[in-house]
Amino acid sequence: MRWDFTSVFANTDALLAGAAGTLRIFAICLVLGLGLGLVVGLGRYARTKWLYLPATAFVEFFRNTPVLVQILWFYFALPILMPFEISPLAAASLGISLNSAAFSAEIYRAGIQSIDMGQWDGARALGMRWDQAMRRIVLPQAIKRMLPALTNRAIEIFKMTTLASAVAYVELLQQGKLIASLNYNPIEAYTAVAVIFLVFLWPLVQFTYVLERRLRRDE
Amino acid sequence: MSLLRVTGLTKRFGANEVLRGIDLEVRQGERIAILGASGSGKSSLLRCLNFMELPSAGSIALDGEVLGRERRPGERVYRESELTQVRQRIGMVFQQFNLFPHMTAVGNVMEGLRTVRRMPREAARLRAETELKRVGLGDKADAYPAHLSGGQKQRVAIARALAMDPEMLLFDEPTSALDPGLVGEVLGVIRDLAEEGRTMLLVTHELGFAYHVATRVIFLADGTIHESGTPDEVLKNPQKERTRAFLASHKQYSL
Repeated sequence: MRWDFTSVFANTDALLAGAAGTLRIFAICLVLGLGLGLVVGLGRYARTKWLYLPATAFVEFFRNTPVLVQILWFYFALPILMPFEISPLAAASLGISLNSAAFSAEIYRAGIQSIDMGQWDGARALGMRWDQAMRRIVLPQAIKRMLPALTNRAIEIFKMTTLASAVAYVELLQQGKLIASLNYNPIEAYTAVAVIFLVFLWPLVQFTYVLERRLRRDE
Repeated sequence: MSLLRVTGLTKRFGANEVLRGIDLEVRQGERIAILGASGSGKSSLLRCLNFMELPSAGSIALDGEVLGRERRPGERVYRESELTQVRQRIGMVFQQFNLFPHMTAVGNVMEGLRTVRRMPREAARLRAETELKRVGLGDKADAYPAHLSGGQKQRVAIARALAMDPEMLLFDEPTSALDPGLVGEVLGVIRDLAEEGRTMLLVTHELGFAYHVATRVIFLADGTIHESGTPDEVLKNPQKERTRAFLASHKQYSL
């Protein structure tokens, strides 16, 4: 067995297109997932059952179903129920974003709950409304505590983007599959994909270590 | 006319009734010290007055205007906008300071002016600096709470409350979390405010301070006003047995 990466290098442009696709869906899912997660997390924290119950149902549903099933469902099942087509990017983004929202919602809720009630007292005693106290006093402190967990979630989202290959969205794994099947070089093709992910993610993971150390020092 | 009139104030946490029908009238310029053993309801009473806790029953009138509306006999409901208004008019200082650690001293004092009063940044900063000077911390404006002593933190918290121009100040054991050496600087600031004629209610264990600064002393026991009167009446010549026992236990170690 000899390793021969020439066929991989010959397909650099395909891998670049895959990397661009991976970054695009990552950016979409990061913003949608963490953004929607904040909304759902606030709902989970709410005292009124009209917010709490739907938010809780959302979290339980998406935490307890596989992302891959969600993506396939959005791609193959939803268009039958609805009068519109859905692109591979949209289906995969929906599945990954909703799943990430469910997980990050719990990070937000735990982070908000970790803030001392005295901070709420201090804010309310000045005459702040709930949303003002949340935005100005509680969230800025909570986000700082949540940062390590949120970066971990970002790393998970990055890796989850490979699931988009199940609906043939052009991202790194999809392109690796393509290269492997055209050149009969699965060892090199998939190794190349793994290495590219490593190159992207290693700095991000190092960043979380630095972040965690710094936050520990601040406490 | 009374600034604040409390009628039949009752507060329950579940089955636990911590306040049992408090009647209290606070006139402009009065300084009322609230004493009582832990669990007597003194903190709950203070927290009900600016609606940090909602009363379970009874009513509170500010400037003659009864707050909330009656839903069922004895049970009132309050609109959030009404409560935020009231809290702007009644300042509160907490035992644990509750400064915002992600903001500087001046940032803490500006926060209510900026976020609640929508005051322009420059005007709010000027006002905040004035309040910090008043509590003797003009040089600490840009320090974060983590770099301040307990006494300095509490003085920033007082400045933060003063910046909102409150009609009345509530102090909830403002020196109980301080090292003994830092109590004096905070009491000094409160005494200055008293001399300005500010209306204040003060929950405290500093009996000597209460004696010299308060115009009236209230002794709370089991969620009711057990004894009330001038500092001389309550502290020097208490009529009720429980008041005497409480005072004796507090004087035990004083010289």
